[in-house]
Amino acid sequence: MKKAAGFIKKNPSFCVFAVLALAVIAVAVFAPALATHDPYEAVLTNAVQPPSAEHWFGTDRMGRDLFSRVLYGARTSLTASLSLVCIIMVAGTLLGIVAGYFGGVLDAVIMRISDMMISFPGMVLAIAVAGILGANMTNAVIAIAIVSWTKYARLARSLVLKIRSRDYIAAARVTGSKTSHILWKYMLPNALPTILITGATDIGTMMLEIAGLSFLGFGAQSPTAEWGLMLNEGRAYMTASPWLMVFPGLAIFITVVVFNLLGDSLRDVLDPRNE
Amino acid sequence: MKRRNLLKRLAQIVIVLFGISFLTFCLTHMAPGDPVLAMYAASGTIPSEEILDETREALGLNEPFLTQYVNWLTGCLHGDFGTSYSYSRPVAELLLARLWPTLKLALLSLALMLVVAVPLGILSATHRGGIADYLVRSLTFLGVSLPNFWVGLLLLYIFAVQLKLLPVVSAGQGFSKMILPAVTLAFAMAAKYTRQVRTAFLEELNQDYVTGARCRGIKERVILWRHVLPNSVLPLITMLGLSLGSLLGGTAVVEVIFSYPGLGSLAVDAITSMDYSLIQGYVLWIALIYMVINLLVDISYGLMDPRIQEGG
Repeated sequence: MKKAAGFIKKNPSFCVFAVLALAVIAVAVFAPALATHDPYEAVLTNAVQPPSAEHWFGTDRMGRDLFSRVLYGARTSLTASLSLVCIIMVAGTLLGIVAGYFGGVLDAVIMRISDMMISFPGMVLAIAVAGILGANMTNAVIAIAIVSWTKYARLARSLVLKIRSRDYIAAARVTGSKTSHILWKYMLPNALPTILITGATDIGTMMLEIAGLSFLGFGAQSPTAEWGLMLNEGRAYMTASPWLMVFPGLAIFITVVVFNLLGDSLRDVLDPRNE
Repeated sequence: MKRRNLLKRLAQIVIVLFGISFLTFCLTHMAPGDPVLAMYAASGTIPSEEILDETREALGLNEPFLTQYVNWLTGCLHGDFGTSYSYSRPVAELLLARLWPTLKLALLSLALMLVVAVPLGILSATHRGGIADYLVRSLTFLGVSLPNFWVGLLLLYIFAVQLKLLPVVSAGQGFSKMILPAVTLAFAMAAKYTRQVRTAFLEELNQDYVTGARCRGIKERVILWRHVLPNSVLPLITMLGLSLGSLLGGTAVVEVIFSYPGLGSLAVDAITSMDYSLIQGYVLWIALIYMVINLLVDISYGLMDPRIQEGG
């Protein structure tokens, strides 16, 4: 308890943003309890109503309650972007550690692929991959993952290279430590803080990219409650019912701000240079 | 840049292009959906099985995968990127027609962005820790967190729908139609660049020559504009090159919002109508343009900063 109080006192901004992020996650988790209506129930006689006491954010062209849809959108958006960040973090780190530790052909192949991805605007390939694989949320996540893992691979590789020739690694090898043990107990913990910071600051960016793909029609499909898709659906009704594009956009904006702030403050907490 | 380095870079470009071409070709092959069927569906006929087979044979789609790839690649090397079935025109011609509008849009947005980002970055750096710095940094933070498609929609709503100052649809020519898309693109970039200018300026301001100049009693204004500014814009040039490259490829969202007839909206059309030769051509073109721009940036970098030239 005392330790926790000390941590809060030392890192007040991180704690505030962590609580805010948890609040956003709580909205996603408890969306069914918080929603005032069924987000998928279309009442056509009630279409495109402006915000009112009954429908706080108004209703969309199908007469669905926008407030409930925005809440459920948090589920779609958070699930997709958090799993995306996890995928690229795990895959990129593993490939990077392997490339850095073993070197040789493996390193050459992994790094040339990563060169290829970096010398190319990622969003173009992501759009192409998502479009070709077929438009749905899973494919959108796969598409962005394919073009984004290289950052983590490069990072992990450079961190491994930094310590690979240190004496304690040589000592571990000489005393007969298994390679898997060295990778797991020495290489990974060494790379982890930097990787985690990068991952945390990436959540917001990934959220924007997923919403962007959905907005273009290459991500979530109707009738899913997803903010990018909702913006796209509301676009046609902009003149008469601007609330359709105000609230989902605001939801993306707030969530991205919270996660960006959290990422930045996590960097301040974990960065060893701040000790 | 030394000749050997230049050759190495060119070789790298060729290898990457080769890889990208193979990757997109594989992807379009794995894609669900039958391009021949889609082609006929686009023209509104439902063909018999024999006609489908004949078309496949005629288009070379019955050949083994590698043969098809080599055929396509040979065509590309001769400037023949195939024919787009949804537009019934050569892919190269379509891409070329859309390249100029997107390039214009990209350059305008870069110019707008610089006009905002450079003064704000300098202001923030010279007033480090002050109110101006705090304000600018908060603004840049909000800027990177705003989705650009939402900014686009809001601008469209405010300036085109409510105030009726600018056209809603950006199709056709004319400068006024480029303003909103360009502002949207510039918005997010400005946030990123302001931070960059600030960091670069702060770094330069800590250099010994600045202290030296101050000691000699040179006016702060002269130091800033004559000495610090030229030194700190150099790193920006690399970033500008990268941005121009990704703008050429990544303006799809903004082009779609404003119905702007550029490369991005062409690509989105191509993907939705499963126009495979157009997608392949588009990806290959963007890769080539992006890498050539980066190469030019690196060369110009060496020309502008002789120290890099010596280092090789």
